[in-house]
Amino acid sequence: MTAPLLSVEGLSLTIQGTPILRDVALTLAPGETLGLVGESGSGKSMTALAATGLLPRGARMRGAIRLDGTDLTALPERDWLRIRGADVAMIFQEPTLALNPVHTIGAQVAETLRIRGTPRAQARRIARERLDRVGLAGVPADRYPHELSGGQRQRVCIAMAIACRPRLLIADEPTTALDVTTQARILDLLRDLSRDEGMALLLITHDLGVVADMADRVAVMKDGRIVEDGPTAAVLGAPREEYTRDLLAASRPAPRPARTIAPEPVLEARSVTRRYGGFTAVSDVSLTLHRGESLGLVGESGCGKSTLTRALLGLEPVQDGSVHLMGRPGGTAMTRADRARISVVFQDPYGSFDPRWPIRRIVSEPFHLTGRPPDAEARITTALEQVGLSAADLTKYPHEFSGGQRQRIAIARALVTNPDVVVLDEAVSALDVRVRARVLALLADLQDRLGLAYLFISHDLGVVRALCDRVLVMRGGRIVEAGRTADLFDAPETDYTRELIAATPAIPHERPRRMPHDRPALV
Amino acid sequence: MRRALLTRLLSLILSLVAASVVIFVLLQAVPGDPAAFMLGTGAQPDTVAALRADLGLEGSLPVRYLDWIGGMLRGDFGTSYTYRVPVAELVADRVGVSLPLAAYALILTVVIAVPAGLIAASRRGAAADWGVMGATQLGIAVPNFWFAMLLVLLFAVKLRWVSAGGFPGWSDPRAALGALTLPAIALALPQASILARVLRGALIDTMGQDYIRTARAKGLSQRATIVRHALRNAAIPVLTIMGLQFSFLLAGAIIIENVFFLPGLGRLIFQAITQRDLIVVQSVTMLLVFAVIAVTFAVDLAYALADPRLRRR
Amino acid sequence: MMSGRIRLSPAGWIGAALTALFVGAALLSLVWLPHDVGVLDISARNLPPSPAHPLGTDHYGRDMLSMLMAGARTSIAVALLAVGIGLGLGVPLGLLAAARRGSWLDEVVMRGNDLIFAFPSLVIAILITAVFGPSAVNAILAIGIFNIPVFARVARGGALPIWTLDYIMAARVAGKGRALISFQHLLPNITSLLIVQATIQFSLGILAEAALSYVGLGAQPPTASWGRMLADAQTMIYTEPQLAIMPGLAIVAMVLGLNLLGDALRDALDPRLRRMGV
Repeated sequence: MTAPLLSVEGLSLTIQGTPILRDVALTLAPGETLGLVGESGSGKSMTALAATGLLPRGARMRGAIRLDGTDLTALPERDWLRIRGADVAMIFQEPTLALNPVHTIGAQVAETLRIRGTPRAQARRIARERLDRVGLAGVPADRYPHELSGGQRQRVCIAMAIACRPRLLIADEPTTALDVTTQARILDLLRDLSRDEGMALLLITHDLGVVADMADRVAVMKDGRIVEDGPTAAVLGAPREEYTRDLLAASRPAPRPARTIAPEPVLEARSVTRRYGGFTAVSDVSLTLHRGESLGLVGESGCGKSTLTRALLGLEPVQDGSVHLMGRPGGTAMTRADRARISVVFQDPYGSFDPRWPIRRIVSEPFHLTGRPPDAEARITTALEQVGLSAADLTKYPHEFSGGQRQRIAIARALVTNPDVVVLDEAVSALDVRVRARVLALLADLQDRLGLAYLFISHDLGVVRALCDRVLVMRGGRIVEAGRTADLFDAPETDYTRELIAATPAIPHERPRRMPHDRPALV
Repeated sequence: MRRALLTRLLSLILSLVAASVVIFVLLQAVPGDPAAFMLGTGAQPDTVAALRADLGLEGSLPVRYLDWIGGMLRGDFGTSYTYRVPVAELVADRVGVSLPLAAYALILTVVIAVPAGLIAASRRGAAADWGVMGATQLGIAVPNFWFAMLLVLLFAVKLRWVSAGGFPGWSDPRAALGALTLPAIALALPQASILARVLRGALIDTMGQDYIRTARAKGLSQRATIVRHALRNAAIPVLTIMGLQFSFLLAGAIIIENVFFLPGLGRLIFQAITQRDLIVVQSVTMLLVFAVIAVTFAVDLAYALADPRLRRR
Repeated sequence: MMSGRIRLSPAGWIGAALTALFVGAALLSLVWLPHDVGVLDISARNLPPSPAHPLGTDHYGRDMLSMLMAGARTSIAVALLAVGIGLGLGVPLGLLAAARRGSWLDEVVMRGNDLIFAFPSLVIAILITAVFGPSAVNAILAIGIFNIPVFARVARGGALPIWTLDYIMAARVAGKGRALISFQHLLPNITSLLIVQATIQFSLGILAEAALSYVGLGAQPPTASWGRMLADAQTMIYTEPQLAIMPGLAIVAMVLGLNLLGDALRDALDPRLRRMGV
């Protein structure tokens, strides 16, 4: 076995006295890719920051972090400056925030070289070369970050990180903020770079699918500890730990069994078009949702699904076409009584509630449409109990609940008027996988018991498959493909749907490891 | 860029028009007959009529407004009733005191505030930071005219280093600058305190951004990160405050001139108020407002230079 | 913030104590003063501190402590009413502009704000005084008008990011109009911002009132005011410097107290800043 490039031994970390990491041990061989997986708060990002010497103030470390055998934990800042960017480079989750808005991309890439004394002209030449290498050959170096797409920005970050040809690249959730097809291309790029330049990659992610695709070895983290590590195939194929098994099970939810849905339309859109000035956000979209059915609406950011949602909820007018709810006028034409028949659950478990309102007031807000019924209190309690909470929670405030509990409260609020249709707008996208699995099970159960119709909007094909009877694929404001879930996944008709399915990172057992193939490099 | 510039210019002109209407209505329409107002209650009707003709105060309000604006554009600011000379002449004499004073104070403000803000932000939580924050907290609380009095008390009365006031004129630039130094310090100290705090806050905000972490991950030192990445981004809120400060400095200069007996616009305007010389009040106020609006416009343009995202809007 | 108690820093407590001291003195002066400040007694002028006159007397023989207490009353009344004008008009305008972001209404409110910013409060005061003559009421108007755009901006700036949150969307799905949402969701959530800004404007109001009455545009005699006391003392700065120092110290202490309190409130009320403080 070759000597490890990076080895972390017995690393414990506290920040302002709060324990963050406990006895973490990792090794990374030259050129190897290690996937570090865990849910939010597991300590995986702090491990990365420790390895770059960029811990926040108030951090106290014990243990050792060795790069080529040199312990970095006690390194003075002066020596760190030589290592950072040159031997160890890092990219982050939000490419939009990670680039300085007031400098050109060329200058930002060249800066990595300039600070090490590379002459200006040479730095500029290498920067151009590195930009070309990450697939930005067509993009001039004097562009500013705001002029690029999200995927292009992440490529700039990668170019910046590899400018000095580091031996270790730490990528902290590098594709989490990106669309699934963009993610696939960025992952391909990282894999190619690692192979071509012999660069080790520490890939931090919450997504086991990404790890399965990318990593030689995987380490699973929970509550600041490594609970399991080993070769990827071994850990994912035969996990030793209960926690890893849970994580795996939650990461690949079983497809929902086929159900027979009686054709009884509750929500219909007929040739709906929504324009903003000269831009057509939704173009000639028709859809029908039946009672008790789950209809998935899938698409990448900017495809028009949010605009369509707002039109269906009656928050925005449409220019052409019409919306119908239970056969009556829908959209902005809905009566107040009809508005109570359709409700919504949003993505963000933190932004969904007024922080100053107690749960009772939050859950009863939809009664504004109907007038407060005499049995309001009983119905609020019922709604809360339906989602697995209790009447004791009524006087609490949102900040007293976890993300998953908050999403349950949002569902309770959506149920309190006994609606026929619930719009689930990325309702499980912000949740950790195990919580997500439980909320998905709750949604399926509520549907069976209450006969609810769901319009399930998501960018994530995996979860759509777990809940939906039928799926619509949206792109550029249009529905490009529609069909029963199983049919659409097994035999997609359009290239776009095929690309979406192929790009979704998958864990083995389901499909063989995805091979990088000839995608256009420019995102 | 050109379209954005044109929109800004249009909004500049609209602001000036709106401001002139406000000033005009307040000073000429609200008091009723300005000539009668200027002469006071005991005036004879024929004296009032004569003054009205003398000052060009005849005709309907819109006509008089247009006359005033037309005159201002040509450099004719009307005639002072008390001094019997063109207002433009009065102003020309006094601008030479007020404007250099405000500019001197602004320079001092920046010279004091930028290093203080930088030190406080880069040594956050350390003794230097506490020192700067404490001193600026005090600096903000001190009224500039009282600080001016204390300066006079110390340097003119106790130490006898300088004279307590007056202005020798620009024929001797050293003496002129000397006479403006204490007033400029009095004006600058509170403003420098504000600016230092704003700069510190903006820098700390900026230092929390992801791209600062990126820069650090590239291998830039803390200091290089501040200089190369944080300063220019922090400049945006700082510019806003500096724009506002110019108007405070101008207004502050009006008061400070009274402490130091400086023959500037402030003294002119107070004398005009006591003598009910509306023409002087009207034109000088308009000039002050013009200066403030023009500075705001310049700040808007400076934004575009600091932030490429605004350039192509 | 929502249910917990507000925790002030030590500096915040000093600020609260200073503020309470002056507000208490001003309230007390409404019912009792050590000496009547309306009575001039030339024979007792410029006395040094004594048990009868703890801070001595001024050039008209008035008790300095009583003058300072009565001056606090004027300062606080003017600044408080000016803050009231700013809150009462600025906050609804700002919320309205935020609710109709990008519309002509938003545009009109914001341009109107810019216009007021083009008139420093002293210039407004000069204009008002030139026409209506100097008085405390005019000082309140001049400072209050300038407070309107400040609060409008704070309210709009605080409301805009909240408008994009999902709970606003949920309220709209629940059939609530913009006005009701502004009142039920926005106003309570920007209260802490408004409290902090009100403290700042209060302290700026104290400074502005002092400046206006110093140049004779504020409260007129016999109403006692700190700025007026400074103007009177200026002529005697060579012989009686203490007359100029005491009112100035009072202004500094009051403003310092309010600023310390405002900073501490901001840290205590704004969870974002609190997190940054880690």
